[in-house]
Amino acid sequence: MTLAVLYDANKCIGCRGCQVACKQWNENDEFIPTEENGVQSKNWGSNENPPQLSARTWTKIRFTELDYNGKFHWVFTKLQCMHCEHPACVTACPVGALEKTPEGPVIYDDTKCFGCRYCMLACPFGIPSFEWDSPLPWIRKCTFCADRLGAGLEPACVQTCPTKALKLGEREELIAEARERINTSPDKYINHIYGENEVGGTSWLYLSPVPFEMIGLPTLGSEPVTLDAERAMGAVPPVLMGVAAAMSGIYWVIKRRERISRERTEEKEEVTK
Amino acid sequence: MMPKKHSFPVGTFILSILVVVGLAVVIYRYIYGLGAISNLSDGRAWGLWISFDLYCGVALAAGGFTLAGAVYIFNLKKYRSVVRPAILTAFLGYTLVILALLVDLGHPWYIWHIIINWNVHSPLFEVGMCVMFYTAVLALEFSPAVFEGLSKSNLPVVRHINWHFPWRVIRAIQIPLVIAGVVLSTLHQSSLGSMLLMMPETLHELWYTPILPILFLISAVAVGPAMVIFESTLSTRVFGHKLDIDVLSGLARVIPYILGLYLLLKVIELTAVGELGLIFTAYPQNLLWWGEIIIGVIVPIILFSMSDVRQNRSAVFWTSVLIIIGLVINRFNVSMLALGMRPGYFYFPHWMEFAVSVGLVADALLVIWLAHRFLPIAHQEQIVEAEI
Repeated sequence: MTLAVLYDANKCIGCRGCQVACKQWNENDEFIPTEENGVQSKNWGSNENPPQLSARTWTKIRFTELDYNGKFHWVFTKLQCMHCEHPACVTACPVGALEKTPEGPVIYDDTKCFGCRYCMLACPFGIPSFEWDSPLPWIRKCTFCADRLGAGLEPACVQTCPTKALKLGEREELIAEARERINTSPDKYINHIYGENEVGGTSWLYLSPVPFEMIGLPTLGSEPVTLDAERAMGAVPPVLMGVAAAMSGIYWVIKRRERISRERTEEKEEVTK
Repeated sequence: MMPKKHSFPVGTFILSILVVVGLAVVIYRYIYGLGAISNLSDGRAWGLWISFDLYCGVALAAGGFTLAGAVYIFNLKKYRSVVRPAILTAFLGYTLVILALLVDLGHPWYIWHIIINWNVHSPLFEVGMCVMFYTAVLALEFSPAVFEGLSKSNLPVVRHINWHFPWRVIRAIQIPLVIAGVVLSTLHQSSLGSMLLMMPETLHELWYTPILPILFLISAVAVGPAMVIFESTLSTRVFGHKLDIDVLSGLARVIPYILGLYLLLKVIELTAVGELGLIFTAYPQNLLWWGEIIIGVIVPIILFSMSDVRQNRSAVFWTSVLIIIGLVINRFNVSMLALGMRPGYFYFPHWMEFAVSVGLVADALLVIWLAHRFLPIAHQEQIVEAEI
């Protein structure tokens, strides 16, 4: 059984209680995006704040104003690690510092990490952050509150959500429930559960009144992004053996040919003598 | 083989200054963090150092394994005189990669974690292992030159040591070493392509293909000889030992075949997935694509196919420069320019990022200068083989 969270953009009121709860539980100090703190603070034309996820902001609500089907929409999108079923970061990490637990969370072990940041490039959702301002920097991202789950608690953001826009549950059950919500009010939702199939499925699932590319979630295929890389890595042992054998063989053949031709010339010399 | 006198004060002084500036920046980084010396961000986590020092550095070090393989495995004795400089450059290239990583990694002091924590599915694990082992192999491949240099030295303790013993040991395992070098390079050059296979959604379609590892290997094999032509021509100018034009034109002769195969694979792949049209429509990325293909592939193929060009020292040199530039554009394209960023970010390298990279290159040039001065690099083998 893997755990998942269903986020319903129709139920979210954009209060950002989840952002605050996340910072409190994970002891991410107050984040004041000012220029003194090295962060550009500027008016983005909305209540959205801070502008990006970062090593101290593991979740945030994105505000999008848009026109869809001739109607004005103000849509909130909760951003955090998607906790993929086939996480690119886990395959990318050379030292196995990232791990997909059987319960669902993708967790990070900073006793293994050496800060190469490959996970940040590999992530198709652009989630892992790095502590750029620290001389001892680590990767930081949403943990799915794996520590709370272990103690039988809901993630901090889920527990704090006042409108039940976030729901923790078993992944298959949540998908069924999401489908039911779409079927009951097809005029309120588009017929797409984001995360059901994206990059092989994620543990965070989204429902929205508008297409997901309009609220800035990347359009992704249903194949895990790790497939080609894993195939290439599977070819490494045969290539290693093959090239070693080929090179040894070529060396042997060329040396032998050289020896034989040398012997022949020597024989000829003897004959002529 | 003394260097021209004027090369000491001006050249090495400037190089030393650049090294010191780079070093100062590195110290600053260890105190204030990567953010203080770079414009890297969550949106662009890899920048100039990875594109230039790692991606270009490794590819431009390909002269080492291609020449060592040609001479010791394929027994092409003609190229013997350029093997040592090629191996030295490869060794320095790899050292630069490691030094750049010491700046770029968040916790370089934990780099050994890769030895105990294996993730065999990670292309970067393969890269790390190859860098480690191949640097060791290159050091051993080059070590005979050091032993030869030491055996002739008059330093107090050093001259009493029998340097012929380690020299013989390395000589005895030379062929296995060269084979190991070729195997590790094959894996390493291609693994840098495999690394990008993790980014099917962010790397532009003009470059993303499952055969990236093969393209990386082939382009590295093509740039290897070009790099050897480049270096040996430069060292001819600085140190004055002239190279046979026969060697240069022989190297130039094989390059069109390798580049031709590379171009063919690239075009076939794009055609097979129905994306060939992108080379005309995907503005502005298609300009980058045409840039690397015209400068680094098509023009060199044409030029090196002409025997007049191959017999002319400076034409051979400048054509090789084109190949190198084309490869650098290609590596920057795949690892930076054609690689999508997270929305809302912008990246242009900080001047201190340039200072680190420039400092490292200056570092390598100083070592090459010292090596040519004190070690038997160019005309070594006859001397020692005559001695023994």
